[in-house]
Amino acid sequence: MVKSRSFSFSKVMLVLGLLFLYLPMFVLIVYSFNASRLVSVWAGFSTHWYGELFRDEQILSAVWMSLRIAFYSASMAVCLGTLCAFVITRCKKMRGRTLLSSMITAPLVMPEVITGLSLLLLFVQMAQTIGWPVDRGMATIWIAHTTFCSAYVAVVVSARLQEVDRSIEEAAMDLGCTPLKTFFVITLPVIAPALVSGWLLAFTLSLDDLVIASFVSGPGATTLPMVVFSSVRMGVSPKINALATLIILAVSLIAFIAWYLMRRAERKRLQTPDA
Amino acid sequence: MRRKLLPDLFTERVRAVLFNRRVVFGIPFLWLLLFFLLPFALVLKISLTSAVMAIPPYEPVFRWVDNTLSVVVNIGNYLFLLSDSLYIAAYWGSVKTAFLATVVCLLIGYPMAYAMARAPKHWQLVLLLMVMLPSWTSFLIRVYAWMGILGNQGLLNSFLMWLGLIEQPLKMLNTNFAVVLGIVYAYLPFMVLPIYTNLVKLDVRLLEAASDLGCRSLTTFWSITLPLSKAGILAGSMLVFIPAVGEFVIPELLGGPDTLMIGKVLWEEFFNNRDWPVASALAIVMLLLLLVPIVLFHRFQAREMEKHG
Repeated sequence: MVKSRSFSFSKVMLVLGLLFLYLPMFVLIVYSFNASRLVSVWAGFSTHWYGELFRDEQILSAVWMSLRIAFYSASMAVCLGTLCAFVITRCKKMRGRTLLSSMITAPLVMPEVITGLSLLLLFVQMAQTIGWPVDRGMATIWIAHTTFCSAYVAVVVSARLQEVDRSIEEAAMDLGCTPLKTFFVITLPVIAPALVSGWLLAFTLSLDDLVIASFVSGPGATTLPMVVFSSVRMGVSPKINALATLIILAVSLIAFIAWYLMRRAERKRLQTPDA
Repeated sequence: MRRKLLPDLFTERVRAVLFNRRVVFGIPFLWLLLFFLLPFALVLKISLTSAVMAIPPYEPVFRWVDNTLSVVVNIGNYLFLLSDSLYIAAYWGSVKTAFLATVVCLLIGYPMAYAMARAPKHWQLVLLLMVMLPSWTSFLIRVYAWMGILGNQGLLNSFLMWLGLIEQPLKMLNTNFAVVLGIVYAYLPFMVLPIYTNLVKLDVRLLEAASDLGCRSLTTFWSITLPLSKAGILAGSMLVFIPAVGEFVIPELLGGPDTLMIGKVLWEEFFNNRDWPVASALAIVMLLLLLVPIVLFHRFQAREMEKHG
């Protein structure tokens, strides 16, 4: 059959594409256990570089700084992004909605150098006009990350909001629920999975950002990507391989848990007779 | 009774103000206005000033001296960009590299998305997670991985020499080839995702009808599947092309001395030369260049976010 031929071509491409995506990461993991400093020479198995990594004060403090910024940015981005998603999917007649929707989609594709430069100029101007921020650092990175992460949260949450059955909300309100209570009792539990995945996405985006943070940061705040970047610029370093391995492991673990939970929810839904 | 009633009225009033639709939805609006739109106006303003040795390193546009407001607008930065062939070459290089990378991403990504959409339902989630997972790990580290692979003493050269295919190591790192490869590698998941979401919603009955009417599968693909997935292709291409034009990390780590890309030039203008007005002018021109793709992407994304409701 002709049909199966084209089908298998795309299947082959899928396998090759996945290999292309995963082989370089696999190489990083293997070489993080290399005893030698050189990439091309395999000098036996060793966890030496992990020890080095955990003794590196600069990296450890940068990790802590990045984790804190990512936590605050993701939390704020979930609030702002969810509100945006509500306006875009629900309030069709609200004034300024078109402007809001362009301001929320543009950060998804905006080149990072432009976003970073423009926010820095804003912070400099603000410092001149209202005297804040005196020093750029954690707070300015938090604002910058919140802004672009909100866009991603809005996309994730609005996709979920479209699937919410409005009639249940209307029923609750007909039975005397205030809009606020309806939100917390009906809508929130339904969109909760989207909020969690939006939060996780925002967290990883904030943790990963180098360019915007470099623009808006001051001397006081050095995030993990900045440390990695300045070390990587000098060439390949086995310590960074060890760090990469830990990051890949952590992300894979979270993705696996997410997959497991989603599969369980799916099965539960299939088991209930009326679903 | 009175003591109980008053606080109730009060909280009721506070609640009414706080949870008024306008107030609640005004917060994200103001936030984005202040931290997304206003900064662009500032970039435009500073691109019209001239650089000075000061903090901040640019001249003010508006000056209030002796009860007269003087507005000094300097278009010198834009003329400077036009007169120096380096900048034009950098813009051209960025667009060329980003376009090439987008085409390669599409050629690899479309069949991947197609296979995913045709896979059994319980496989689709796993495959989707597998494609997206790399993009959740560190972007920087994934670009860095290629430094170890492409280098002169890197894995790929060692492997090719071991096979006996080449005698001398090929120069692959610090070339334009490495930059395109890096962009394709880093942005491939963003191409696959929108095409997959588009293809998975495709009405299978259309394909069945076509094949019942004697359409060959390749013809069906060209005349039904491909046109119907146009929106996904467009969104994926914009998600790759627009950020790739302004990319800094990839040309910096994988590119060589002859790699001219505008993101890198802007970074150097800002951090090394400390010329904020020229960096701003570079950003404004880049934005104008990307205006049409950004609008195209916005129209797609807004439609995605608004339907049903």
